[in-house]
Amino acid sequence: MASAIQSLESYAEGFARLEKEAVGRELPWLRDLRERGFARFSETGFPTLRDEDWRFTNLAPITQTPFRLVRNGHAAPSWNESGFTFAHASAAFIPGAACRLVFVDGRFVPNLSSLDALPPGVTVASVAAELAKNSASIQAHLGRYLDIQRDPFCALSTAFIEDGAFVHVQKNAMAEAPIHLLFISASHDFPAVTHPRNLIVVEESAHATIVEEYVSSGGKALCNTATELVAGDNAVVSHYMIEREDAEAFNVSTLRIQQGRSANVASHSVLIGGALVRNNVHPVLSGEGGECLINGLFVGGDRQHLDNYMLVEHASPHCGSRQFYNGILSGHAHGVFHGRIIVHKDAQKTDAKQTNRNLLLSDTAQIDTKPQLEIYADDVKCTHGATIGQIEEDALFYLRSRGIDEASARRLLLMAFANECVDRMKEGPARAHVETLIREYVAGVTGSVSREAPEAAVGEAK
Amino acid sequence: MSLLEIKNLHVQVGGNEILKGVNLRLDAGEVHSIMGPNGSGKSTLAQVLARRESYDVTEGEVLFDGKDLLAMKPEDAACEGLFLAFQYPVEIPGVSNAYFLRSAMNAVRKYRGQDEMDAMDFLPKLREKMKLLDMDEKFLNRSVNEAFSGGEKKRNEILQMAVLEPRLAILDETDSGLDIDALKIVANGVNAMRSPDRAFLVVTHYQRLLNYIVPDRVHVLVDGRIVRSGGPELALQLEESGYATVGTAAGAA
Ligand SMILES: Nc1ncnc2c1ncn2[C@@H]1O[C@H](COP(=O)(O)OP(=O)(O)OP(=O)(O)O)[C@@H](O)[C@H]1O
Ligand SMILES: [Mg+2]
Repeated sequence: MASAIQSLESYAEGFARLEKEAVGRELPWLRDLRERGFARFSETGFPTLRDEDWRFTNLAPITQTPFRLVRNGHAAPSWNESGFTFAHASAAFIPGAACRLVFVDGRFVPNLSSLDALPPGVTVASVAAELAKNSASIQAHLGRYLDIQRDPFCALSTAFIEDGAFVHVQKNAMAEAPIHLLFISASHDFPAVTHPRNLIVVEESAHATIVEEYVSSGGKALCNTATELVAGDNAVVSHYMIEREDAEAFNVSTLRIQQGRSANVASHSVLIGGALVRNNVHPVLSGEGGECLINGLFVGGDRQHLDNYMLVEHASPHCGSRQFYNGILSGHAHGVFHGRIIVHKDAQKTDAKQTNRNLLLSDTAQIDTKPQLEIYADDVKCTHGATIGQIEEDALFYLRSRGIDEASARRLLLMAFANECVDRMKEGPARAHVETLIREYVAGVTGSVSREAPEAAVGEAK
Repeated sequence: MSLLEIKNLHVQVGGNEILKGVNLRLDAGEVHSIMGPNGSGKSTLAQVLARRESYDVTEGEVLFDGKDLLAMKPEDAACEGLFLAFQYPVEIPGVSNAYFLRSAMNAVRKYRGQDEMDAMDFLPKLREKMKLLDMDEKFLNRSVNEAFSGGEKKRNEILQMAVLEPRLAILDETDSGLDIDALKIVANGVNAMRSPDRAFLVVTHYQRLLNYIVPDRVHVLVDGRIVRSGGPELALQLEESGYATVGTAAGAA
């Protein structure tokens, strides 16, 4: 375990350096927040397999690597310096987005970003800039929702708060076009860790679409990211988490959603990259009549490990939550779906539903699926279900009997399965972006020769 | 040369011999019907011809237009012009009927060295065929066979046949469960496609279908063998007296 201890030491070094140099070090509340985060992390260290919330995910690849904190100060790298070529980057652009904030190694890079088409009532900025300029807007929410007691990665995130995206949507403002947050882990000649930390505040009756996308340009990197999303009363928010890191990269993310009265939030997670990935989605329905959709798709091959952890907390009456996760696993990939629903004592008339469907494309692929319901109210409706299957021989034969070759038929069936998730996304640029990524990825998984097929498998003859 | 020639076909499923030496010849332009009791092997024969791989051919030979059908993959057989209307059409959630039909047609066109058709060119053609089958356009946007009624599924099979324009169409109980109106529509769809270079093999339990699609020959399959063949009148006779009376008089096609 020497290297695990070494790796903890490297976090301590990083933290000592950050305390001396970081943006906002003069703000007492922020100092305090960071210190509490680091103290909590030092107390617990990383989770182990004995930890109920982590029992299917062996973190050794992360805990035994002495990651070094990357802080490239305020240097503004070009695409090339980010190690991410422009061709990569433009594949990550979303046509029709309202704006694009690009972060390289967790730091905002203005010259790669584009903030021209912001609708009225919407403020976007880097957390670092906002801390320097108008720290009160950040202080009002930052660190209030993320649970640093439960999750050491969240504690670590809080300890290393320095930069990330700040999005603020004013009461009644309509930001339907996606706000695109692109995070690039650049390649380094050492294992590099970054901790982007985002704050998204959507005020009463405002609408917003946010896309977080994580990519990397190769090499061993850990991106430990956390987002606090506050949806005010009657707000409508679509949030997309697109994780398509490089083969050697690790990504640990938490989306903590705080929902007000009658707020309607949709969280869409798409995990298709990375060596070891953990995505936590933690909505708290804290006002009456809230609705939350937690929709996800994870597609893994080789030795990828994709862990989806949901914690849905019903804290108020008359709220509804629906979890739908589909997994496609091939090779030696290992998927985890852990869906925990807590219905608090007062949350009567809760309607919570959870479905996890998995396709295993090889004998060596593995899925662990675990529902966990904790219900303390008596008048609630909670259902859960999980399926694990293969591509159906009958369906495959049916397609082939119509002249469609085997590879295309498999691809068509995989796309159909993946599209169950896509269909739950609102029509628009964000969904179109996800569709393109999934189509390309699934084409790769099934070893397709042609890139064009199969386009829009559903809804052709409108 | 016959369009389809089955010689001494033996097939096992899960270790049981289901077809025990089937012989049959079918020429272009002809309609043959296969009748027989439940479990006699009619669907097995149909699926083997469509090249379902889980069925073991232990003996025999099948020539489709002179080519070795048993060496073909299902998609190759389809592209060569063989079509099976399934007894139990499969539901494919998440794949729209329109997309499925166009993919199938383009796969076949590509195989034949023709240009692929885009949605704009394809849709008018498809709509025309749907009209013939009295199918609502809403079926185009719905997932393949998903939540279709029994009759709708059967009509969807005939629609696929109309789109793919096969040279040999095998209809496996396409009439079962249809009311008389639907039966007429399906029969019309088939009759509209009859032509001198196309053949049909119609599997049915009921003579009634054969009032609308009049066969050239009727074969009776019992326990994996064709025990009798005759003209359309054989179907009427079977309807009246059942299979027991024909059981012994073995005859080839
Ligand atoms: N996948 C299978 N595994 C094992 N036995 C099978 C399988 N499919 C069919 N059989 C058996 O093969 C025999 C013939 O079945 P088949 O479906 O070909 O009959 P059929 O003549 O089409 O009957 P029906 O008129 O009821 O449709 C039956 O005894 C059936 O149980
Ligand atoms: Mg049958």
